[in-house]
Amino acid sequence: MQETIAAVWRIESPKLIARLARMTRDVGRAEDLAADAFVAALAQWPSEGIPRTPGAWLMTAAKRRLIDSVRREKRLAEKTERRQNQLPYDGAEPDFAATYEDIQDDMLRLMFVACHPVLSPEARVALTLKLLGGLTTAEIARAYLSSEATVAQRIVRAKRALSETRVSFEVPEGQERVQRLAPVLEALYLIFNEGYAATAGHDVLRPELVEDALRLGRILARLMPHEAEVHGLVALMEIQASRIPARVASDGSAILLLDQDRGKWNHLLIQRGLGALARAERLGAPGPYALQASIAACHARAATPGGTDWQRIVALYDAFAVIMPSPVVELNRGVAVGMAYGPDAALAIVDALLDEPSLHAYHLLPGVRGDLLFKIGRLGEARLEFERALALAANGRDRAFFQKRADECRNA
Amino acid sequence: MKFMVLVKATADSEGGRMPKREQFESMIAFNEQLANDGILLAAEGLRASSKGARLRFDGGRTTVIDGPFAETKELISGFWIVQGKSREEVVERFTHVPFEHGEVIEIREFHEPEDFGEVFSEDLQERAGRMTS
Repeated sequence: MQETIAAVWRIESPKLIARLARMTRDVGRAEDLAADAFVAALAQWPSEGIPRTPGAWLMTAAKRRLIDSVRREKRLAEKTERRQNQLPYDGAEPDFAATYEDIQDDMLRLMFVACHPVLSPEARVALTLKLLGGLTTAEIARAYLSSEATVAQRIVRAKRALSETRVSFEVPEGQERVQRLAPVLEALYLIFNEGYAATAGHDVLRPELVEDALRLGRILARLMPHEAEVHGLVALMEIQASRIPARVASDGSAILLLDQDRGKWNHLLIQRGLGALARAERLGAPGPYALQASIAACHARAATPGGTDWQRIVALYDAFAVIMPSPVVELNRGVAVGMAYGPDAALAIVDALLDEPSLHAYHLLPGVRGDLLFKIGRLGEARLEFERALALAANGRDRAFFQKRADECRNA
Repeated sequence: MKFMVLVKATADSEGGRMPKREQFESMIAFNEQLANDGILLAAEGLRASSKGARLRFDGGRTTVIDGPFAETKELISGFWIVQGKSREEVVERFTHVPFEHGEVIEIREFHEPEDFGEVFSEDLQERAGRMTS
C-alpha cells in the first residue's frame, strides 16, 4: 500500500501542485497543500482503499484545506484590522474558478515558473525535478550525489525567491515566450546531461536522471506542440539516450561513439528521436537543439561508423557555429572536419583554439588534438596531449581512457 | 525502467471484431494521458491470430504452424511499452485502463543487460547486438 501511494504521488503530485499553484499563485503553498492532501491519503486509503480517481480525491482534499486556511487568514486579518488597521495576510484571493481549466495549461505555467530567470540554473533543475518530475528531495539528492539538506535548502530558497519577486503565473507570449523558453530547455538538458555524462563521481551514467529528463521533455512537447526547439531537444535526448546500452564497457569505462556496437543502440528511442526531429523540422528553421539532434541523427542513421555522412555533419556544425558560436562547438567542428576531410585540415582548426582561454582547463581539447596528431603519426606530441587531457579530466573513467591512449603512443 | 503491458486476446479480438467508437475514444483518452505524462513509448494493437504463424523448434527440425490458435486466453491482442519508476507505478496507471468486460492485461519488466550476468558475456552481447542491427 505504501508503495502504491508513493506511485500515486509520483503520478498525481505534478498535476496537483500545478493546479494549486495556479489557484494560489504561490508554489510553496501549493506544494504544502499537495503534501497535506497526501498525508490525509496515507491516513485514509490503507483502511478504505484507493479511490477510483485518486487525483480527484487529492484535489478535493487539498482544496478543502485551502478554503479552511483562507478563512482562518481572513478572520485573523479582520481581528487585527480592527486593532491596528493592518493586514497581516497580503496574499491574493485564491482563484478557485481556475479549477476547471485545462490541466495542461497549469502544467505549462508551472514549468515556466520552476525555470524562472530569477532562479539559478541549479535551483531551476531542483524545482523542476521536484515539482514537475514528482521526485522527492531524497531522490534528487541521491541523483546529484548531494545531501538531502543541501537540496532541501536550495528548494526552499528558490521558492522564497519566487514569492519575493512575485513572479507572474501567466504563460509568456510572443518574444518573451522565446526568451523564457530558453531556461526551461536548458534545465531539462542539464538534467539529461547530469545523467548521460555524470560530472561527479565515478559512474559514467545515471540512467534514472536520463529517464526523468526524457519524461519531462516529452511532457513539454505535449504542452508546447508548436515550438520547434522543444521537439529539437526531445529528438536530441531520445537519440543520445538510444546509445546508452552501448556506451559503457563491462569494466565501467566509457566507449566512444565510433567504437560502440551499434546493434546495442535502442532502436525504439532512435525512431522516436527521428520522429521528433521531423516534427521540429516541419515547424521552422532549425535552432541549436534541432541542429544538434540532426547531427546525432546522422550517426543514428549510419549502420556502421564507415557509413557516417561526415560531410553533412560538417555542414550542420557550420550552421550551428553561426547561431551558437563557441570554442567547444569549434572543437567539435574540428573533429567532424577531421573525419570528412582528414586530420591535417582538422588540426588547423584545433590549433587555432590553443590560445582560447575558456578551453585552458578543458580536457577534450588536448584529447582531440592528441587523436589528430596520433593519426598523422606525430606520436610523441600525441602522447603529451593525452597526458595533458589525463591531468585535466574530472571523471575517473575519462582519466583511464586517456591513460590508455597515452600508453598506445608509447607502444606504437 | 521499461515495461511492456500485454493485452490478452478475447473472443472479440480473435474474431476480428473492432471495438465500438466509444471504446476507441476512451482508449485514446487513456493513451493521451500516458503521452501527456511523458511515459508512453509505444502502443499497438495486433490482428487476430488467424493472420499469424507459429514456429516450433525441435532438435533441429522447425515446424511452421499457421494461425488461428486455439487457447485464446494465452494469445496477445496488443501491447504498450511504457517508462516507469516502479512496477507499482505502472500497476497504478493501468488500473485505469478503460476495460470492463473481463479483459486481462499483464505487466512485464524489460530485462536490463546486467540481469544476464555471467551467462550473457560481453562477446555474446556483442553478437546479440549485431543480429538486431
